[in-house]
Amino acid sequence: MREENGEPVLADANANDVFVEFERVQKSYDGENLVVKDLNLTMPKGEFLTMLGPSGSGKTTCLMMLAGFETATHGDIRLGGTSINNIPPHKRGIGMVFQNYALFPHMTIAENLSFPLEVRKMGKSEREQKVKNALDMVEMGAFGGRRPAQLSGGQQQRIALARALVFEPELVLMDEPLGALDKQLREKMQFEITNLAHNLGITTVYVTHDQTEALTMSDRVAVFDDGRIQQLDPPDTLYEQPKNSFVAQFIGENNTLEGVVKEINNGIALVQLDDGELIDCMPVHDSVIPGARTRVSIRPERVEYNKERLQEGVHTLKAEVMEFIYMGDIFRTRLNVAGNDEFIIKTRNAPDVERLKPGQQIEIGWLPEDCRALDA
Amino acid sequence: MTDASKPDGPMLAADGTPLKKSLARALRLQKMRALALIAPLLIFVLVSFIIPIGSMLFRSVENSMVSETIPLTVAELQNWDAQSGELPNETVYAAFVSDMVVAIEAKRHTRLGSRLNYEQTGMSSLFRKSGRQIRRLDPATDGPFKEQLIDIDKKWGEIGTWATIKTHSVDITNGYFLNAIDMQRTPDGAMSQPEDKRILIKLFQRTLIMSMIITVSCIVLGYPVAWILANLPMRQANVLMILVLLPFWTSLLVRTSAWKVMLQQQGVINEVLVWVGLVADDARLVMINNQFGTVVAMTHILLPFMILPMYSVMQTIQPTYLRAAKSMGATNWTAFWRVYFPLSVPGIGAGSILVFILSIGYYITPEIVGGTKGVFISNRIAYHISSSLNWGLAAALGTILLAVVLVLYWAYDKIVGIDNVKLG
Repeated sequence: MREENGEPVLADANANDVFVEFERVQKSYDGENLVVKDLNLTMPKGEFLTMLGPSGSGKTTCLMMLAGFETATHGDIRLGGTSINNIPPHKRGIGMVFQNYALFPHMTIAENLSFPLEVRKMGKSEREQKVKNALDMVEMGAFGGRRPAQLSGGQQQRIALARALVFEPELVLMDEPLGALDKQLREKMQFEITNLAHNLGITTVYVTHDQTEALTMSDRVAVFDDGRIQQLDPPDTLYEQPKNSFVAQFIGENNTLEGVVKEINNGIALVQLDDGELIDCMPVHDSVIPGARTRVSIRPERVEYNKERLQEGVHTLKAEVMEFIYMGDIFRTRLNVAGNDEFIIKTRNAPDVERLKPGQQIEIGWLPEDCRALDA
Repeated sequence: MTDASKPDGPMLAADGTPLKKSLARALRLQKMRALALIAPLLIFVLVSFIIPIGSMLFRSVENSMVSETIPLTVAELQNWDAQSGELPNETVYAAFVSDMVVAIEAKRHTRLGSRLNYEQTGMSSLFRKSGRQIRRLDPATDGPFKEQLIDIDKKWGEIGTWATIKTHSVDITNGYFLNAIDMQRTPDGAMSQPEDKRILIKLFQRTLIMSMIITVSCIVLGYPVAWILANLPMRQANVLMILVLLPFWTSLLVRTSAWKVMLQQQGVINEVLVWVGLVADDARLVMINNQFGTVVAMTHILLPFMILPMYSVMQTIQPTYLRAAKSMGATNWTAFWRVYFPLSVPGIGAGSILVFILSIGYYITPEIVGGTKGVFISNRIAYHISSSLNWGLAAALGTILLAVVLVLYWAYDKIVGIDNVKLG
């Protein structure tokens, strides 16, 4: 669709061009509590950005402010350089996919898709052509004459997507569009939506509370909590280098140990855990200075118990195996480490991997850069 | 063998009986219990609804009174031709006197007079008056009677009197229905009533038109209220809902009388208008005892029946539909008209049917505030039931009303579709 305006816009072709911008945006519904606190966010054209967070974190409110259904209490929202604070939703030209699809039940699929073109006073033949193209795009060409109620959830989802794209908006917002689908269909649709968005070069803001969805689909993910963006990074950075304990906890599975920072040498912090043992960590959070309490975070798959594979000279911890769960592709073992009996490690099911037994005493370790010292 | 999957022949249960029979037996107890549970309701509906309606339908054509009260006369009249221009012969008069003596004994002759009076005025007094004289006659010895009867009342010497009796002596008559549409059964067949007696068709038309006006007023007034109710937060909506339902807690009579207080010429509205100076004291508005008063009061009374179904339908319309429409570039008006309104039509349909059917048969309010110009057909029915005692005509009017409602219901089904009606 975008090809008509010239060359296809790639996701990071002109990353310096700010397309969507939130500047110091605040939102309050009752005049007492801020739902969104000081939101700053810029998006280049063609980016697929996901707003991820628990319910009540302000992510949907941000989406609704961008769509124009909520007004910002303070701050500026800009689209393509112009402030859209006072532009009503129907003049913003933003496509939107809703959680429950919001397909008009009294219209056929073709009429649903034709609606945005009709209100734009487009001619009949042009309308029909575009509707046909959009239906073909989501592989639903044969369903134009049906009513939404006659379609399955996945099919309705495709139609909702086609309807949001048929009038060729530059920005598309999606509010948990896959929430109502079953797991298998959801994974299929995740793939299709990202493909479509990238092929058409559309800028997409996607809201979800499903972290897998966020990681697999997005160019960048904004993790929301308590009305603020906690971290805004590409998925791999977000997963491997969480900047604070909330992000570390919220994205993926995570083990935490608490202790006090003893010293920081060559970018490696020595942390004394509450039971006295010492570990090496990467100081990440600003609050990690000698003498401060910290919470260290280690991903279960980065923990090593095979002594031969451990780096020379790193500190190790004693651990007792509590439970061993065979999950097919991986082994999931629960340990008691430094008083934390919810310490999980994950091991790939490879021929040379030892299957641990409950009660077994082992020593565990990790690379210092995988163990991140965060805010307490 | 009890091979249940045998392709030919009926499916058999494990003991060899046909599966259908076995299933029916298994479900019989359940069905009996269900039937026992709904039996009280079934009996109630039968006694209080089906039987009265059936009786009303029958009464609108039933006409056995003439042939039962004066059977001999009716039989003899078969040999007389009203067209011949001659009075019936002596046998008819003799038969009539024998019939009347029996009827007078049983005190049924005045009822017959009243019955025939519906068809020709004067019949009631003729029968009453003649009854006193005929009582003294002995049908066996006092004949011939032709001259004696004409002496008692000269109407017995008029062909019209006998023609009327003959015309209405059939057991099943269309006379009431003809009367109900401003026609009459005459010896020469169905004829229009004289100009000054044609009121019922006009009344039917007025009832239909005013019911439509009331329905439209209810839609116009109720739609925004239902919309607000459906879009307010639950707590506030509940408070508003109480206000909507408040009229149900007050007697219908009280509410209607309140409108009388409001609308009459010395009433609240006129007093205020005069006080403000909008209306001269000697030109007070006539707002009651006419059609305006009926429309106002009935719109007020029937409004909840419009709001409730509209509200329950609007509640099911997700707000995201409007948002979706706006995100696609529709203005507020377009989003409402193309998306919200079509989705709310089932509520309007349900409310309209309810209000229209209720108002077409409304009686109390038009009676109190309608005066003469604002009364409905139901007021006429009530008049015939309780004052003129012409139950046959009342039944015929009621039957026509029922038919009109059914026809309109059918038309609605054809135009809008009855499955498009939702009460919630």
